[in-house]
Amino acid sequence: MAQMNMKEAIRDALRVELKNDPNVILFGEDVGHVGGVFRATEGLQAEFGEDRVFDTPLAESAIGGLAVGLGIQGFRPIAEIQFVGFIFEALDQMVVQAARMRFRSGGKYNSPIVFRTPFGGGVKAAELHTDSLEGLLAQTPGIKVVIPSNPYDAKGLMIASIRDNDPVFFMEHLNLYHAFRAEVPEEAYTVELGKANVVREGSDVTIIAYGMMVHTATKAADQLAEEGIKAEIIDLRTVSPIDIDTIVASIQKTNRAIVVQEAQKSAGVAAEVIAQINEKAILHLEAPVLRVAGPDTVYPFAQIEDSWLPSPKRVIDAVKKVVQF
Amino acid sequence: MSKVPYEVYTEDVEALSVLSPEGKIVNKDLLPDLNDDQLKEIMYRMVFTRSWDDRAVNLGRQGRLGFYAPVSGQEATMVGSEFALQKEDFVCPGYRDIPQLVWHGLPLYQAFLYSRGHQHGGQIPDGVNVLMPQIIIGAQILHAMGIAMAYKLKKQKQVVIAYTGDGGSSEGDFYEGLNYAGVYKLPVIFFVQNNGYAITTPFAKQTAALSIAHKAVAAGIKGVKVDGMDVLAVIKAVQDAAERGRNGEGATLIEAVTYRFRPHSMSDDTSKYRTKDEEGIWSEKDPIARLAKYLAEKGLWTDEDTERVREEAKAKVNEEIKKAEKTEKMTVSGLIDSMFEQTPQHLEEQKADFE
Repeated sequence: MAQMNMKEAIRDALRVELKNDPNVILFGEDVGHVGGVFRATEGLQAEFGEDRVFDTPLAESAIGGLAVGLGIQGFRPIAEIQFVGFIFEALDQMVVQAARMRFRSGGKYNSPIVFRTPFGGGVKAAELHTDSLEGLLAQTPGIKVVIPSNPYDAKGLMIASIRDNDPVFFMEHLNLYHAFRAEVPEEAYTVELGKANVVREGSDVTIIAYGMMVHTATKAADQLAEEGIKAEIIDLRTVSPIDIDTIVASIQKTNRAIVVQEAQKSAGVAAEVIAQINEKAILHLEAPVLRVAGPDTVYPFAQIEDSWLPSPKRVIDAVKKVVQF
Repeated sequence: MSKVPYEVYTEDVEALSVLSPEGKIVNKDLLPDLNDDQLKEIMYRMVFTRSWDDRAVNLGRQGRLGFYAPVSGQEATMVGSEFALQKEDFVCPGYRDIPQLVWHGLPLYQAFLYSRGHQHGGQIPDGVNVLMPQIIIGAQILHAMGIAMAYKLKKQKQVVIAYTGDGGSSEGDFYEGLNYAGVYKLPVIFFVQNNGYAITTPFAKQTAALSIAHKAVAAGIKGVKVDGMDVLAVIKAVQDAAERGRNGEGATLIEAVTYRFRPHSMSDDTSKYRTKDEEGIWSEKDPIARLAKYLAEKGLWTDEDTERVREEAKAKVNEEIKKAEKTEKMTVSGLIDSMFEQTPQHLEEQKADFE
């Protein structure tokens, strides 16, 4: 089995599906000739030709509209928005046009589109390049939101997203592209959308996280283990829809939980997770479910980014609060 | 290509015109190749569309239709542009462009259902190449560009037409779509019905450009301005644009200058923003009267024909609105089931609240 980092695993997934299905088509700003600003699509144009992997003019709404038009003609577009901060330019095409297509045509047309975008902070990027806007997208009916935390999941989730007949927003954390390597099978495989993964078992508290925060939570759990607190970590993998069954099963065991998200605190994925826990598992809880998140501010300039982002220490503090409640 | 110094396209263009308001051919060289039966069919469709519009306005007042954007005055642009295309070509409409959908194959009762807010209005029958009416002014321009790229990639000799208005030509999506179509040389026609007002805002406040057709220059595509009250000129312009698209010569922007005789929608009052004098000037350019004069002179059309088509249209509209009214009501469960191919668990659970 090959060792890949998350970026290579994503590229491998794209290559596998470009090879498997002639209707898969990939485009975005700078994705063709040079393979994207992060080189996530490097070599794909050379391998599959300019009809299948190509650069677009610099206009995000048109990238979205191009995907919608190709989608209703039987193509399976993978459209890249270069940085998450640029999605606002394309929101109408994503959350209005693509997400409503199946409903408003009564099933005649659909939008089998993957919108890819790098997101998340901690890489000292220029202003408006990094943010965590998954809550905004998760609130959109008709669109799934997928966020991998490791190379194996990234490949399997990407292939599942490409094969899905509805729009999927696939968010790739910038800090995970090159963070580490792991074993990734060479063949095609899928990781089911909408299914969370228990990445660490424990009996004292459940930490629900996704993307980069799975790793922040893991660091915290290592330190907590030294103090005798055994944390179970759930990696959501898909933040819309949320796999509440896996969360409830864990809480039935631990009776305590926190949710960790890099995004701003209010009205986001963590809030939704807690609302669903409230509906389905409140009687199993021994303490309130706390959130560890960014403050409700605009995403900061690079200089204070590291203090803004949730740290293992803040996760540890929250866990201790619910354990000692 | 020869170069002119410094300044680009500072001259206004004259609109393409074939038929004068008096029904005389003014430009024989540009007369589209149409036989007598085709000319009669065009006339039939324009008269039918006008009568259906009359009836729909009344149905709207009676509460039997929902949102309805009247079309009278724009029959030449609507009927003519669609007539110039082939059945396999694709139509991406704005919200007012219901006649093009119907003449391209959408059953009339489904158009009424769309107006009434019923999902079946958008269940386009197989073999009818149209999208549902677009509300977000400009979004369909980008869809058209995507569909055109699909045709180009599949090497199918089909073209796509996207409709918008003078207001739509100010949208960012309009410029993005034209630009992409230029870069990829797509078989697409951007057809702008410039009816003078975006709801109430006059064209003079919409753009400082000499014409909408000029905007093609910036995208490197062909731009054409046409008399939108002259159905023969409209057909000529669209036929030429379609041929260019089919031959791999790329996109065309057509500005058709027209006028809506009625308000923007049923909740609009034209007296607040335009004068009776202006309305009078435009009613003399009536596209139906103009073609009727031409066809009468050729012995192809009489007032009795007009009356016969009006009666036929009335009967058809009555039949189709009844069919729309009899269509089974939508349900919230049905809505939930049409969000995704496979309804996820949380939505299945939410369905229980509505059953």
